[in-house]
Amino acid sequence: MRRRELAVAGVLAVLLLVLALRAPSFFQGQPLRSLLTREAPVLVMACGMTVVILTRQIDISVGSQFSVCSVAAGLLAAHGWPIGAVIPFAVFLGFFLGAVNGALVAGLGLPSIVVTLATMVTLRQGLNLVQQGEFVNLPDRVQWFGLEQTPGQWSVLAIALAVLAGSAFALHSFAAGRHFYAVGSDAEAARLAGIRPRRVTFAAFAGMGALCGLAAVMNIVQSPQVQPLAGAGLELKAIAAVVVGGVAISGGRGSVWGGAIGLLLLACIPSALTHLRIEAYWEKAIQGGIILLACATEIARPRAKKSPPAKAAAA
Amino acid sequence: MSVPPLLAFENITKSFGAVRALQGVSFDLRPGEVHALLGENGAGKSTLIKVATGAHVPDGGAIVVGQRRHAALTPSTARAAGIACIYQQPALFPDLTVAENLGLRLEPAGALRRVDWRGRRVRALELLRGVGAEFSAEAEVRDLSMPEQQLVEIAAAIGSGARIVIMDEPTSSLTRREQERLFGIVRKLRDDGAGIVYISHRLEEIAELADRVTVLRDGRSVGTFAADAVDPPALIHLMVGRELSQLYPAAQPASDGIGVEVCGAGCAEVGVADVSFAVRRGEIFGLAGLVGAGRTELARVLFGLNPADAGEIRLEGRAVKIGSPMAALRHGIAYVPEDRRRHGAVLELPVSHNITLAAHRRIFPRGWLDAAEERRIAEEFIARLAIRTAGPDAAAGTLSGGNQQKVAVARWLAVRPRVLILDEPTQGVDIGAKAELHRLIRELAVTGLAVILISSDLPEIIGMSDRIGVMRGGRLAGILPGGASASAVMTATLGSAERKGAA
Repeated sequence: MRRRELAVAGVLAVLLLVLALRAPSFFQGQPLRSLLTREAPVLVMACGMTVVILTRQIDISVGSQFSVCSVAAGLLAAHGWPIGAVIPFAVFLGFFLGAVNGALVAGLGLPSIVVTLATMVTLRQGLNLVQQGEFVNLPDRVQWFGLEQTPGQWSVLAIALAVLAGSAFALHSFAAGRHFYAVGSDAEAARLAGIRPRRVTFAAFAGMGALCGLAAVMNIVQSPQVQPLAGAGLELKAIAAVVVGGVAISGGRGSVWGGAIGLLLLACIPSALTHLRIEAYWEKAIQGGIILLACATEIARPRAKKSPPAKAAAA
Repeated sequence: MSVPPLLAFENITKSFGAVRALQGVSFDLRPGEVHALLGENGAGKSTLIKVATGAHVPDGGAIVVGQRRHAALTPSTARAAGIACIYQQPALFPDLTVAENLGLRLEPAGALRRVDWRGRRVRALELLRGVGAEFSAEAEVRDLSMPEQQLVEIAAAIGSGARIVIMDEPTSSLTRREQERLFGIVRKLRDDGAGIVYISHRLEEIAELADRVTVLRDGRSVGTFAADAVDPPALIHLMVGRELSQLYPAAQPASDGIGVEVCGAGCAEVGVADVSFAVRRGEIFGLAGLVGAGRTELARVLFGLNPADAGEIRLEGRAVKIGSPMAALRHGIAYVPEDRRRHGAVLELPVSHNITLAAHRRIFPRGWLDAAEERRIAEEFIARLAIRTAGPDAAAGTLSGGNQQKVAVARWLAVRPRVLILDEPTQGVDIGAKAELHRLIRELAVTGLAVILISSDLPEIIGMSDRIGVMRGGRLAGILPGGASASAVMTATLGSAERKGAA
């Protein structure tokens, strides 16, 4: 597993090395910082997605949750709420949306792909209905949290790194972290060990939602306006990053570090292509190829040895 | 015999790893007979059936069907040869209707073949009428009861024109009336010249239905007899008649303190009723019984997976309510479940995480991980249970079956329980690991644990237990002293003479 993350990191290192030799311009401070800042909200969501997938679930409504939180946060900010109040509100709203998913999946035992497909469509259409595609204009004091651009970018990056480090620490060092792995590996075994799988599943979705809310704020501070469908497609980005980073789609294996490296790899490709003067048409094809490759190595990976058929002669 | 047999096994052998399931079994089935196959759990009956249906490839020997000798059958050659098997658990598609299920079994395959819906329906109705079914051919299988699904299986077997029908414990979930109806069908099949291999633990059924009986023991055939030449006591003796082949660790005197006491406990949901017994600290209380007699279900009740709805459970004299596994753990009850491949060791997680999975209070004492303590606990149990692993960080899936089982046991010892329930702890484990587990279980008892040992392995239950509770039909049928004879345990297990009229 750790080997898998190193392999992805290796690919990333090779890409960066090629860039360093062929297009050192890629590493100029300001553009690189902009790139990373733009991807920082996705990183936050990838952390949440890692936990959801570790628990052997999936959440494809994160893009819609992100959009709803963005618009709501934007409207409040436009109504004069201070940014210090907008952030907790967005996080709480995201938590609530995630909790709805969690309640439907864990409480009613519905399959998460169906539940989150439904909430994805519902939230998106609801937002369309309310907002009619209108942008929300933000007051100046919201942008970059009211800071200059450079310190603002650093703040966004710092939040993302804090979430990454925090979730890595929590997964490794808290009992609750273990519970995600245990439930994702074998929910029944976990239950027999005194863990409550439904509660754990609920927590994964609720946490995912809260991180969507946080990511939404990290995104809206980067521009003067909120696009109502800013989150469209983010679910795919987050899931792709997590899968490329070696988190098993079948649950129980992986880490947030892997997700972060996977995201970085996927995020670097468009600008790498620009810098290497490769036609941009290739961007999606290459990203798709990397995702396929990641899945293929997942299958090729030596399986855990199956025990011999127990009690072969059982009557 | 002038009539050639329908089916004959000649010296069939089959091993699974170190387990020698069949060691040269010969068996023949004549047209127009019901041939009963008897044996304890694990004697090799199921393996033999699976050889007949082509599910298992034997290591040696020959199978003669009709005029042809085969080294092995495949599911399709078995079917073409007219062999049909009715398993304990019907293997139907639950989302399809009865007629569709029958169609899938009986109609020629071919993706582009057009379905003759009318013909399918007519055929299904006819077959269902033939077995006396009272449900519609349009019913979805998931809505049928187990006995009804069994009738669909039988209808499919008849419809396929099977001449060799194997029935694996067909009456285990039937009421007396359903049983009578089944017997009628079996007799009719026999009178039409088919051969029926009939497997059952109910000895009185054998006398009622069978023409000949073959007894298997430890993967060998003990002999084939005319059914009216052997009475139930003789059959029991044939099934268990062997010396205990293994040495078991010597029993130690148990303390006086009661570890766990069960007073009239039951749970309607899982069919356990009115169970009373007490296990002293330091005692190993064996639970014997047939598969489905309620032993695992009782364990699930005691562990809070299916909380008791009647009676009382007392721990060290104090009545406690056990409504969930968490509550059970809090009270010091640990349960090592059956079927460890599914719910024992979590194969993807490292050995250390597996061992501490239920003991999170010990390794997260202040909320966050005490990695040193986790490592200490893992290494302690790896040493104590002699778990063979590359290290505490190796994935549990890389270990052998016996060592996985030890990891699962370690998980429950790590919570420092007072009552330990072990469900088939040595199932599928090789002889060496088995002896180690036996020694370990006795050592654990000596440290003051009350141990409840569930096992289908008769020598193990007799060799390990200080007392043996025998379960039958969800109730505790009796308690025998440790070292009781195998025949005594088997007799109590089968309840042969006295079970007239029971469901």
